[in-house]
Amino acid sequence: MSKRGRMSGNEAVALAIRQIDPDVIAAFPITPSTEIPQFVSRFKADGLISTEFITVESEHSAMSACIGAEATGVRAMTATSSAGMALMYEVLYVAASDRLPIVLAAVNRALTGPININAEHSDSMGARDSGWIQIYSENAQEAYDNMLMAHRIGEHPDVMLPVMICQDGFITSHAIENILTEDDAKVKAFVGTYEPEHHLLDPNRSVAIGPYGVSPYVFELKRAQAYAMEQAKGVILSVAKDFEKEFGRSYGFFEEYRMDDAEFAVLLMGSAAGTGKVAVDRLRGRGVKAGLVKLRSFRPFPAEALAEALGGKNKNLKSLAVMDRSEGFGGFGGPLGAEIRAALFGRTNGLKVVNIIYGLGGRDIRVEDFEDLYKELDAMQGMEARDIPYVRYLGQREI
Amino acid sequence: MATEKGKEKEKMNPMGDIGETSPWQSLTQGGFVYGEGNSVFFNTGDWRTKAPVWKQENCKQCLLCFPVCPDSSIPVSNSKRQDFDFFHCKGCGICAKVCPFGAIGMAKAGEEGSHE
Amino acid sequence: MIEIRWHGRGGQGAKTAALLLADVAFEAGLYVQGFPEYGPERMGAPITAYNRLDETPIRVHSNIYDPDIVVVVDETLIGAVDVTAGLKSGGKLVVNTGRPAAEVRAKFEGVSGDVSIYAVDAADISIRNLGRNLPNTPLLSVVARLTGVMDEKKFIGVMQKAYEEKFASKSEVISGNMTALREAWNGAVLIGCDDIVEHVTTA
Repeated sequence: MSKRGRMSGNEAVALAIRQIDPDVIAAFPITPSTEIPQFVSRFKADGLISTEFITVESEHSAMSACIGAEATGVRAMTATSSAGMALMYEVLYVAASDRLPIVLAAVNRALTGPININAEHSDSMGARDSGWIQIYSENAQEAYDNMLMAHRIGEHPDVMLPVMICQDGFITSHAIENILTEDDAKVKAFVGTYEPEHHLLDPNRSVAIGPYGVSPYVFELKRAQAYAMEQAKGVILSVAKDFEKEFGRSYGFFEEYRMDDAEFAVLLMGSAAGTGKVAVDRLRGRGVKAGLVKLRSFRPFPAEALAEALGGKNKNLKSLAVMDRSEGFGGFGGPLGAEIRAALFGRTNGLKVVNIIYGLGGRDIRVEDFEDLYKELDAMQGMEARDIPYVRYLGQREI
Repeated sequence: MATEKGKEKEKMNPMGDIGETSPWQSLTQGGFVYGEGNSVFFNTGDWRTKAPVWKQENCKQCLLCFPVCPDSSIPVSNSKRQDFDFFHCKGCGICAKVCPFGAIGMAKAGEEGSHE
Repeated sequence: MIEIRWHGRGGQGAKTAALLLADVAFEAGLYVQGFPEYGPERMGAPITAYNRLDETPIRVHSNIYDPDIVVVVDETLIGAVDVTAGLKSGGKLVVNTGRPAAEVRAKFEGVSGDVSIYAVDAADISIRNLGRNLPNTPLLSVVARLTGVMDEKKFIGVMQKAYEEKFASKSEVISGNMTALREAWNGAVLIGCDDIVEHVTTA
């Protein structure tokens, strides 16, 4: 039976870690993810976990230690945010190309500068091409559930890729919310054990991990990595199905909220989705056909499924706002906006799309902001596609 | 020639047929290299443009040559150096430089060998 | 849904009070949120913390702009921060103060007449019972009462359990806190708005 509880997103992630009881955690503290290794070290001191906890001198070292540990055939985990993740970037690519299914609890925070500690997706967006699976959470419940699914996804023999479970810094990491948690034993049984085909400490089958790749091999190895990411799509769905069977909560690539007959929709990731849903309910109460899509799996990017949901299947949808909590500095919006447009190109008829940048540096986004945005989407219907700006900034002061 | 020996070794290579023409589906996950000491299976002998020649008549078996060889291509058995391992020798000539007795000369690649 | 906004200064425990209130409401079977508005750690800087309490799951993840209850942990914030911004008509304002009712009421001249203002000398209660000025504990008690999520007996029981878990080795801390909570539960005084009643210290 699920247990009712209340805790912060960081506590929920830490609880998942305790239940998973990984072999190694190597972490360096950085706001707002600091609490996660703090909780873990308390679990360790209290004898609740058998994890080897490595205190390192930087995030670069934390990820390097995770790589070394995972290569010996054990489970390694870490947690980080913002500049900490940026310091990991170099080695994130190594973890992915070495096909080591490390799990990282990311608590999204703005990258400097100006230096800021609040929510933004710029940190994990900087790692979007690193080869890591990236799953985003709306609240503490999803952060917990996604952590429980992470190892099953990453360690699947067809995948063997590292997994980043993201949640919004402070907004969910430090907010107490209601949550359903699961039995230790049930979680352990669900997560299972990690038995990689090859690892460094196998005396009978020696192996070298992370060799230099000369040109005749690198392209092919990257292709294999891309293929593994494609395979991850099916695995994400099948693990979600098992999770639902076991624990009753349902997940997919994305959540469609009141999208059935929606004419106007927003698409976004993370905590603001909940606020958006409240706006959708209010608008529906006033007869406006509003809907919302919350993307959960950003890597792999479910392009076809999104094109189907936003165009192929939904013939009523007239305009869409794709919302980025990070700036791409290309003069035309953020990463999610660019990728959604690319996924939809040639697959939707006349759907008007605008990219919205919001919430930078933890800027609050209110239900009313969403209501205003849906008004804009309504107005966009009557506009020529070429007259719609690529990007708009929401909740920002301007003249 | 030593290449024959190399071919035999290739047969035992746990990496099998994987090579520079293998399609991406045939490579190991993550480019992992299975087995240990796999470098012996790799033919660096064909990189040579020059080749050492062991002049056994001058050789005192002082063994100054084998430790300086960067490719471990001077095998030693019962405290005596043997002929070069031409599957791996890159013809760098360090052994010829270090030999105090003029027992190692350098010839063009293809003219490997030793003479009594 | 009941929305509560706490105004305090860094280090005064407004955030802790919000998190504890979330715990209390959770024990009453409600859906809860308790969260601070975060910035760099700056002792003494004005800070805000929030609560949402509801009978159905809470999905909104924004700050609170139209609270039902505002708590002023530090009265020196009045004037410096617009503490009553957006306070709902019919809402409640809790002020930690030892000043006479008329004086307190005068500070909120612009506040609508149907807002109930409650004064509690949380500093005094805290200093007498805990030996230190930790106003958040008495204020928590007042707010818990005003939300109506549980009665005094249940509230004290929940808090007793929470403190026992937190301060297992310091029983003197627990009893002081329990006395402070009880005093505050009964000690907050409605000083009204249009009809100022009176201000009573708890001493």
